[in-house]
Amino acid sequence: MSSNTKQKTEDVRVAVYVCHCGTNIAGKVSVEQVRQFAERLPSVVVARDFKFMCSDPGQELIADDIAKLQVNRVVVASCSPLLHEHTFRNALRKAGLNPFYYQMANIREHVSWVTLDRKLATDKAKALVAAAVRRVANAVALEKKRISAHRDVLIVGGGIAGIHGALTLAESGKHVYLVEREPTIGGHMAQFDKTFPTLDCAACILTPKMSAVKNHPNITLWTYSEVEEVNGFAGNFKVRVKRKPRYVHEELCVGCNDCVEACVFKRGKVDDEFNVGLSKRKPVYMPFPQATPASVVIDPQSCLELMKGKCSKTCVEACERAAIDFKQEPTYEEVDVGAIILATGYKTFDPKRIPEYGYGKYPNVYTTLEIERLVNATGPTQGELVLKDGSTPKSAAVIHCVGSRDRRFHLYCSNVCCMSALKMAHLIKERTGADVFNFYVDMRTAFKGYEEFYDQVLNEGVQFIRGRPAEVTDWAVTREEEGKLVVRVEDTLLGMARRIPVDMVVLAVGLESQLDAEEVQRKFNISCSRDGFFLERHPKLGPVSTFSDGIFLSGTCQGPKDIPETVAQAGAAVAEALCLVDKGYVEVEPNTAYIDPDACSGCKTCIALCPFKAINRDESLKIAVVNEALCKGCGTCVGACPSGAAEQNLFTNKQIYQEIEGVLGYA
Amino acid sequence: MSDSTFEARPKQQHHFDLNFGKSIMALPGGEDLYRCIQCGTCSSTCPLSAYMDHTPRRIIAMTRAGLKDDVLASNTIWLCSSCYSCTVACPKQIRITDVMYSLKRRAIQTRRFSVGPVAALARAFIASVLRTGRSNESRIIVRTWLSTQPFELVRQAWLGLRLWLKGRLSLRRHRMTGSARDIPKLLRNLHEPPTFNRKA
Amino acid sequence: MHYLYYPGCSLKATGKPYEESLLAVFRALGIDVDELKDWNCCGATTYMGVDEVQAFALAARNLALAERQASGAAVVAPCNACYLVLNKAQHYVSEYPDIRKRVTRALKVIELEYCGDVNVRHPLDILVNDYGIERIGQEVKQPLAGLNVACYCGCQIVRPYSTFDDQHNPQSMERLLRAAGANVIDWPLKTRCCGAALTGTIPTAGTGLSDLLLKEARRRGANTIATCCPLCQHNLECYQAEGRGESGTLVQTPVVYFTQLLGLALGLKPKSLGLKRMLIALQPPAQATRAVL
Repeated sequence: MSSNTKQKTEDVRVAVYVCHCGTNIAGKVSVEQVRQFAERLPSVVVARDFKFMCSDPGQELIADDIAKLQVNRVVVASCSPLLHEHTFRNALRKAGLNPFYYQMANIREHVSWVTLDRKLATDKAKALVAAAVRRVANAVALEKKRISAHRDVLIVGGGIAGIHGALTLAESGKHVYLVEREPTIGGHMAQFDKTFPTLDCAACILTPKMSAVKNHPNITLWTYSEVEEVNGFAGNFKVRVKRKPRYVHEELCVGCNDCVEACVFKRGKVDDEFNVGLSKRKPVYMPFPQATPASVVIDPQSCLELMKGKCSKTCVEACERAAIDFKQEPTYEEVDVGAIILATGYKTFDPKRIPEYGYGKYPNVYTTLEIERLVNATGPTQGELVLKDGSTPKSAAVIHCVGSRDRRFHLYCSNVCCMSALKMAHLIKERTGADVFNFYVDMRTAFKGYEEFYDQVLNEGVQFIRGRPAEVTDWAVTREEEGKLVVRVEDTLLGMARRIPVDMVVLAVGLESQLDAEEVQRKFNISCSRDGFFLERHPKLGPVSTFSDGIFLSGTCQGPKDIPETVAQAGAAVAEALCLVDKGYVEVEPNTAYIDPDACSGCKTCIALCPFKAINRDESLKIAVVNEALCKGCGTCVGACPSGAAEQNLFTNKQIYQEIEGVLGYA
Repeated sequence: MSDSTFEARPKQQHHFDLNFGKSIMALPGGEDLYRCIQCGTCSSTCPLSAYMDHTPRRIIAMTRAGLKDDVLASNTIWLCSSCYSCTVACPKQIRITDVMYSLKRRAIQTRRFSVGPVAALARAFIASVLRTGRSNESRIIVRTWLSTQPFELVRQAWLGLRLWLKGRLSLRRHRMTGSARDIPKLLRNLHEPPTFNRKA
Repeated sequence: MHYLYYPGCSLKATGKPYEESLLAVFRALGIDVDELKDWNCCGATTYMGVDEVQAFALAARNLALAERQASGAAVVAPCNACYLVLNKAQHYVSEYPDIRKRVTRALKVIELEYCGDVNVRHPLDILVNDYGIERIGQEVKQPLAGLNVACYCGCQIVRPYSTFDDQHNPQSMERLLRAAGANVIDWPLKTRCCGAALTGTIPTAGTGLSDLLLKEARRRGANTIATCCPLCQHNLECYQAEGRGESGTLVQTPVVYFTQLLGLALGLKPKSLGLKRMLIALQPPAQATRAVL
């Protein structure tokens, strides 16, 4: 309710509660002193201290005083409003008082947790309490605004997290937009051959879900598309999506691949991204056999026709459905959604950054992802695990912790690489019978079935050496080392340095955030944590939400994790998104601006400045009027108004000046 | 084997001197020792670890645990050639070479020279620098051999002769021009001069 | 640019050929260089193992002298150990206030002051980055045909500080000698320790390390090894008696300083480059310059 009526001068009766918060506050601030100080402040009728104000008994104290002492303004000096402003406002409401007659003084995060000296801390607490008392004395009764929320949800990223999230949401009856920047959904999981610990075929468990996504009536699948712009706020996001041109009509293409066969390039020309560069693909290509949607795509950076305009276009000839269209342009879609879930995934660490391991220098040094492609039947060698020269390896080394747990690259542990390395060992042993050596530092197999998998691999005769290799080299010292890759390592459990010659080396590379994480973070107005992944609201209790209401995270974009955890997080993010959109509305702080019609001179400054176009001119009265529904409470007009006619609810000039005086007055 | 060759193995807590580890960690370069995860990269990259009785990683573990006598009696610290491979390879960016230096210094201070020649070389080197401000290579190595492995003198005599004929052996002392006295003066004003000038 | 030349004790003794060839090459290229007056021993790795702060003080005296003699000039330290020690002293004196305080006080007693204004550089850095490979290429008069050179960089100019070249695969010497016409061999051990002073104190370990380097260089087809540090050169050259070729004959690989090879390519006389001081004669490159034992 906008308030341009002056508050009646009623008898202001303030109650102040100083919370101990266990020892969090009381350990540094003298709560008793603050209480005594508060008691003596003008308008304060009662001041109490209590161990845990947020608890039920604590809240009952407030309710009691409202009832028995006719308290009509409340100050709680405790923690951050982010945690309990809501709690105490509710307490007031339950006791029959307008919740906005409440003011919080943060004497924990702003005082006890950041001040070393006890006296200084207590003084600061007193100053903050004095300020809060003054402010609350000028509080005005308000009501939270309700704004209707869109019921659709946007999911960005079509890996397993995005897929699972989309299906769950769609089943709940909501409409989902699933936007994926690659030409197909599936993400990294589609590249795996087997998944640990059960060694399920990755494609077998994933493709049914991919197919379900394609066919679900509630899912709008936009592949080869990217989010360009996000505007709005929780419940009312306006998102612009760019749909990149495939130069193929998706609806017409049936994935017969005739065009690929017919392409003027007889052999692959460009590094095949799906096969992690181990093979080449043509400019017109099907990303992988089970790609969803099952449509080819033409790469404008290698297609002759698109680059030079000079091609005999044998692909067009071959296509019986006339699906190829070189004139396609990017299209843009604008959608209104109530919530957004980010499921943008990860990228693997580039081991070229560790030249000692010889990746890129010696031909038979691979990453785990490359081996996945090698052993996969749809991979570059049709599932044959062979060396670059086509021969079968007789010995292999798997090195853990490449790029992780390393201050020079990433301090964190990437969670999944130990299991991935064990899987590699198992696969190599199974396919080739080679001698396999795993070089690890700590074995991290904590999840369900993981330790059992370690046991299984041990039983298969894989040799485990605890030691982080210093280098992989082709420098041979003995005859048996000639022509091989020698791993130099200290076997720490035996306490001796060893040289182990092998035919191939597999590097268990760590996970890191996508290259464009910073850009995405800015686009969606969220933060990244120090390790580069998106920042969750709370590491323990808020792993899927962010500090921007309405934007949720799921999967590896929030941190390295395995598939079960990713799927769990995807479900959790969906549940939280549903909380928001199911209600059909969001409640926002009543911090809208209002303009005093008597003071407004009609200069129109505010109208031009408002970023939300929420101020209109009333031609008959020749003044400006704020449209409450559009106002977001940014305060720009309030700051700009030359007559001081624009004020903001919850932050009126009087309230702010009184608060300042409260702090300064405490000398 | 007689009964006297057997000794109870498990170490009790009083065998460990935690102050030792802390004192090494208090020296420049040692501050990061606490974060070692014993991965063994240092040992595996060290070109001399094959000759050492305890690998560098093991020495660090023993230092942290406080096995002072074992650490200072090892040949590891004397075999270190300061090639810095370990420092550069360590994923926790621990300055292992500096730790080796600290241990070397501690061994000298407590007069434990498990590998005689290296300590003898250091002694001769210091003496040369203090006297002339320069290190005279040939005189230093000859003094080292004389005091620890005189047979080496004989073995290397032919090489020495050839080098001398080529003008690469400086038997005469190279001196600083005049201000050689500045050197001991400089060093004495830091703190006590090295205490092991006397023969061990 | 003006440079101050810090020889270090080795270059006046076993490393004499290095000094001779370095100064000859600099002179021929017109690089302005002056010896640092009154320099003292840097302490090398030995002093660091005895008393660290003293070691830094020894190094700092040289740096203070350099600042006084020609402020703003860079100091060229050809010996790897000197190069490292001087650089390390700079880092530690600035990083640790206690060390800085003590060193400053001690320097004051002998009327010197070190302000941290001086840059310590290696001749490879100066030739490749200041002078430039292209210019050197233009100055080459007699390209080193017929030499298969393995460039041995050693450890202490790339570790722990790698200011002018890649830590794992340095290329400065390679680029220089390629410009001089040599056939440069790629090999994986170019920064692996040569054994340093251990060849004298613990010969099994010391010569063991040098042996590995020689064996691998030969295996890769090198007939010459180029070095940039007097101790590395000494270790690789002087203990070669053990190497035997496939037919059982004694194989001896000449180990020279890169400046000597560069000097030959620039047309300087072998004697002025100290080539007569080498124990193993350099095999003559196709253009008739001969090194005589």
